[in-house]
Amino acid sequence: MSDFSSQTISHIDREFIAELLGKGERLDGRAFDQYRDIQVEANVVPAKAEGSALVRLGDTSVVAGVKVLVGEPYSDAPDEGVIMVTAEMSPIASPLFELGPPKEDAIELARIVDRGVRESEMVDAKKLCILEGKKVYMVFADVYPLEYDGNLIDASSIAVNVALLTTKFPEMKVEEKELVATGKILSLPVANIAVEHTIVKIGKHLILDPTLKEEFVQDCRLTMAIDEKNNFTALQKGGGTGAMSLSLIEQAMDMALVAGKDIRRKIDESVKAVK
Amino acid sequence: MSPETKPDYLISPEGLRVDGRRPDELRPVELKVGVLKQADGSASIRQGKTYIIAGVYGPRELHPRHLALNDKAYLRVVYRMATFSVPDRKKPAPSRREKEISMVIANALSPALFLEEFPRAVIDVFIQVIQADGGTRCASINAASLALADAGIPMRSLVPAVAVGKADGVIIVDLGDEEDKYGQGDVPIAILPPTDEITLLQQDGFFTRDELLEAIQMGIGSCKYLHELQKDALKRAYVRKTPDGEPVEEEDEFEDDLETDLGEADMPEEDE
Repeated sequence: MSDFSSQTISHIDREFIAELLGKGERLDGRAFDQYRDIQVEANVVPAKAEGSALVRLGDTSVVAGVKVLVGEPYSDAPDEGVIMVTAEMSPIASPLFELGPPKEDAIELARIVDRGVRESEMVDAKKLCILEGKKVYMVFADVYPLEYDGNLIDASSIAVNVALLTTKFPEMKVEEKELVATGKILSLPVANIAVEHTIVKIGKHLILDPTLKEEFVQDCRLTMAIDEKNNFTALQKGGGTGAMSLSLIEQAMDMALVAGKDIRRKIDESVKAVK
Repeated sequence: MSPETKPDYLISPEGLRVDGRRPDELRPVELKVGVLKQADGSASIRQGKTYIIAGVYGPRELHPRHLALNDKAYLRVVYRMATFSVPDRKKPAPSRREKEISMVIANALSPALFLEEFPRAVIDVFIQVIQADGGTRCASINAASLALADAGIPMRSLVPAVAVGKADGVIIVDLGDEEDKYGQGDVPIAILPPTDEITLLQQDGFFTRDELLEAIQMGIGSCKYLHELQKDALKRAYVRKTPDGEPVEEEDEFEDDLETDLGEADMPEEDE
């Protein structure tokens, strides 16, 4: 059970965390550039979702599921399929989340994870076209947080990646204006993989993968999506009004580049485990 | 997206159901208590391919305040299906069906709770359907009542629930998705086991008077079995075991102190 019923933290806690960081330590004993324990389980919704994954990042957990539908393409991209990521901050995940339509933070979460997938051109949208201008595959990846103990972004990014990588769906074709299944089962045309890494600034320190307590005292956060070739494909500074110097940003980028390798291995392992 | 086809029969010539069950047989049920760290209480249920997680928060301050009840706690149940829990993607916004089921579940659970103990507060029950394969409202009640117990909310009893139905003229218990869609009826029920009182009763389809009574009887029987599973799940979460599986006798360290305190401070001296 969490200690928090509102987004406040005492000055004592705030100073304690800052003092610890000054000594090079964190509340849970991690190094500044270290992720919490990560567990990834693919295919947790085998009977109904085309792809799915459950990710535990310390005491944060999220489940992501993929549905593949057939629909009409957008008029400005008639030969491209549609990929969309949504996230909901369901109140089951934390006493901090309230009922009601998605608020700013839920929309930001969904959009950051969505950009991580979209900007890296992870899925080749042109290969999701069935009949130009008429029928394309529409891929929806939806994220549901189950437990919120900080850093939903990275947990969601990993979950969405694994869910998309393990997606299997029936091939469809248009025959005499009717949509019919060919009987073949397809995987998504994955061209690239980009994972998001979140680093927060507290005072003059940078730490990777913040817990909820660390998020409470952060000045701001920087989320970076990094692909297989170490390209940065999306950035977002958020999580507060704090400013960051260029040298800190450079430092954060290097931290994320190192952390990325380990996470990508975890993703590969979990994808292989279901194949 | 997966195309669904109507099976040729729901009850085979041998009297078995599409998934090989006998008419009065439940699907495999797996209950777990304490699955979410952030929630005050939580539980999950797998019943066949149905998979649901319930989290409870409270009693806590109610927002918005105008919903507060002056004589008891407000039991707020939110039943939501994940977009990917069904064959076609469900729209993310809450549907009318989800709202009705939320209310029905609240009505099924509240007779078991001492809500009058917490006036003006809210007890939140959040139910997330991860995979839906028939019987989600009953499975939700099974999980939610365990989550309430896990949260330490005072309760008269757990609330087991099951859907009874009719397929090819035979009364069957715990409908699967196909039996729900192509069968002749569906009667979800929930009971309070100590008194056998019914707290949830709905019905769709065609039943004669006798069939309906038989269905309810059968449901009560299955609920009693589910109640045992619920109690086992709670014990698994709370009774500490030695490595050989024997329950640990817990020593109450504070017992002695408490008695002395009461004895010295609060015992009124009798007047001669």
